[in-house]
Amino acid sequence: MKVRAQIGMVLNLDKCIGCHTCSVTCKNVWTSRDGVEYAWFNNVETKPGTGYPTDWENQARWNGGWERTKAGKLQPKQGSKWRILANMFANPSMPEIDDYYEPFDFDYDHLKSAPEMQAFPTARPRSKITGERIEKIEKGPNWEEILGGEFSKRSADYNFEGIQKEIYGEYENTFMMYLPRLCEHCLNPTCASSCPSGAIYKREEDGIVLIDQEKCRGWRMCVSGCPYKKVYYNWSTGKSEKCTLCYPRIESGNPTVCSETCVGRIRYLGVMLYDADKIEEAANMENEQDLYDAQLGVFLDPSDPEVIKAARRDGVPEDWIKSARESPIWKMAMDWKVAFPLHPEYRTLPMVWYIPPLSPIQNAAEAGAISSKDGMPDVKNLRIPVKYLANMLTAGDEAPVVTALERMLAMRSYMRSKTVDGVIDEGIAERVGLSGRMIEDMYKIMALADYEDRFVIPTTHREQVEEAYDLKGGCGFTDSNGCSTGTSKASLFGGQKKPLKMPTEVM
Amino acid sequence: MLEHIDYFIFGIMPYIALTVLIVGSIARYERDPFTWKSSSSQLLRRKQLMWGSILFHVGIITVFGGHLIGLFTPVAVLDALGIPYAAKQWLAVILGGTAGIAALIGATLLIHRRVTDPRIWQTTSFADIGILVLIWLQLLIGLGTITLTLQHMDGAEMIRFMTWSQSVVLLKLNAWAMVVNVHWLYKAHIFLGLLITFLFPFTRLVHMVSGFAAPFRYLLRPGYQIVRSRRLKPLAKRSATEPAE
Repeated sequence: MKVRAQIGMVLNLDKCIGCHTCSVTCKNVWTSRDGVEYAWFNNVETKPGTGYPTDWENQARWNGGWERTKAGKLQPKQGSKWRILANMFANPSMPEIDDYYEPFDFDYDHLKSAPEMQAFPTARPRSKITGERIEKIEKGPNWEEILGGEFSKRSADYNFEGIQKEIYGEYENTFMMYLPRLCEHCLNPTCASSCPSGAIYKREEDGIVLIDQEKCRGWRMCVSGCPYKKVYYNWSTGKSEKCTLCYPRIESGNPTVCSETCVGRIRYLGVMLYDADKIEEAANMENEQDLYDAQLGVFLDPSDPEVIKAARRDGVPEDWIKSARESPIWKMAMDWKVAFPLHPEYRTLPMVWYIPPLSPIQNAAEAGAISSKDGMPDVKNLRIPVKYLANMLTAGDEAPVVTALERMLAMRSYMRSKTVDGVIDEGIAERVGLSGRMIEDMYKIMALADYEDRFVIPTTHREQVEEAYDLKGGCGFTDSNGCSTGTSKASLFGGQKKPLKMPTEVM
Repeated sequence: MLEHIDYFIFGIMPYIALTVLIVGSIARYERDPFTWKSSSSQLLRRKQLMWGSILFHVGIITVFGGHLIGLFTPVAVLDALGIPYAAKQWLAVILGGTAGIAALIGATLLIHRRVTDPRIWQTTSFADIGILVLIWLQLLIGLGTITLTLQHMDGAEMIRFMTWSQSVVLLKLNAWAMVVNVHWLYKAHIFLGLLITFLFPFTRLVHMVSGFAAPFRYLLRPGYQIVRSRRLKPLAKRSATEPAE
């Protein structure tokens, strides 16, 4: 057993209202720069839909994630190390910028500077790459917002596999949900494995996956390696970039920007202890549907004295072990089993998990036609097909998703009975394999979702990583060039530096 | 006057170029590692890149390797192995010619793509297009010298160039005189080669070093994953199966 700690995230899709606040605040903080205008470290997709970049879930096309070879070996789906090296000249599996969208801006200035004319001036789009006029915007970061576009196109959604999807194109049967996506900070990241330069690494202390910008050489293998398409190539700097899980905030015990600003309070952050020795075995299960269970097996119970002892030996700080015991992630993923990994079949052991959304009862208008089990609606009658959610969250295994949805329905039922009727009905809890106390805990964390319950983030132990005395009088953040002032206009080696504008005398 | 130019190009310039190459590259790697990259434009346009880049790179690496081996193998080794000079020259002409043509086609595609595609042109620096054109020109001249070479297949000219390059590396300062009497096309080829060597640290060419290093780094890396620790005091090493005491 080798114990490591990981900051994990859970998103409660049942409460996501698709407001995109997470995407916008993330964009403002991290990707409002040249070269990454098209990149959204966090984006929200309307499902069913083909997503961003288009058709990202179709790994037969993009070759992201891992595959188990016939010999039972685990290797990146885009190929073995030799294959990846051979593709360095031109990567056949890499999306083009048009698969995301050509970034654009509008001629806002024209609105105020236009001369007097017959028609109202308009702000027409312009490419952010070439600066040229775009006559027609063909695609954007959220092109299928609220089921935009025709069903025939949207239904190319990979999660429809094994579903008679035609009926969901009918107005009466249509359904939708939101899927906010960010880097999964996987336990078994394919991006890191695909990097020939060794620039991508997972941090030992908190599991955050980062790209060393000084080591990245722009071979682009991570872009195709990541099955979630969450590594972005910066066309201006020629380096790859990705979500950092706002590590400067996490280090100081603050939630990520996307989590902090989530108005629906759907995001949770907490510590998970895991056994690093079990990763390879768990990612290499023969049957794809066993991958979810295998990942559960990688997590270590922070209340187990054996685990605590091992964690101390492996250098996990005491307050991190304590935080792991209070982790909302542990509760939702392990205790209540209501949260699931996104596409476990990619074999990356992702660490951003999702609670599947409940949806209105199908055919509710036909009163009495709704089948119900023990006074609770049958989840098979929910508008979003269980199979669809299972394809997304459990490699198609419906049973765990059904249990989760039933538990969420039971939580509502139990709390309604308690607060409206004043009756505590333990029977409801028992039917879904929980206890009344557990359901009340679920209610507190999932429904009320107080800030302290959502974010249980221990601070980084800087005393373990640096001598504060040595930092005295240091230069803080610099442009990776020692204590340079950052005011040099251009570099001999072609780096484009935007000089710091210094105040000058005007009188 | 011409003699002075010859002396500069074949006697002095190699040392300037090699010094700038080595010192410049080290300085850049040390001072500005962020700028050390391949500057791929594949994201912006895939068209023409697949063919262009693969043809160019496979061709130019073969040509580059051929020049290194061909020029710097001591003549004594050839004699010891009993390889006739003419045979070596034939090999160079056929292998180098084929690879050179592939690289030239690739480079032409890449230049065409870079110049005609507004997205890529917008992100192209002077150094980017400059070095590409220089290499294209160098390939053209290099292929042009084959026509000269075919007129004297005894290998004597080749031995002369081998001796010159080896003498330069061995710091024999009168080596320049050896190549004074060769055809101007050869001279142009050597001059351009030295110029490209000189410009190497200031252009995207530096990614060659990483490219050649990548296979070693990647293949020798145990397993796939990389975990970094920032601990001042590393954890004690132990075997994976060792239980917690």
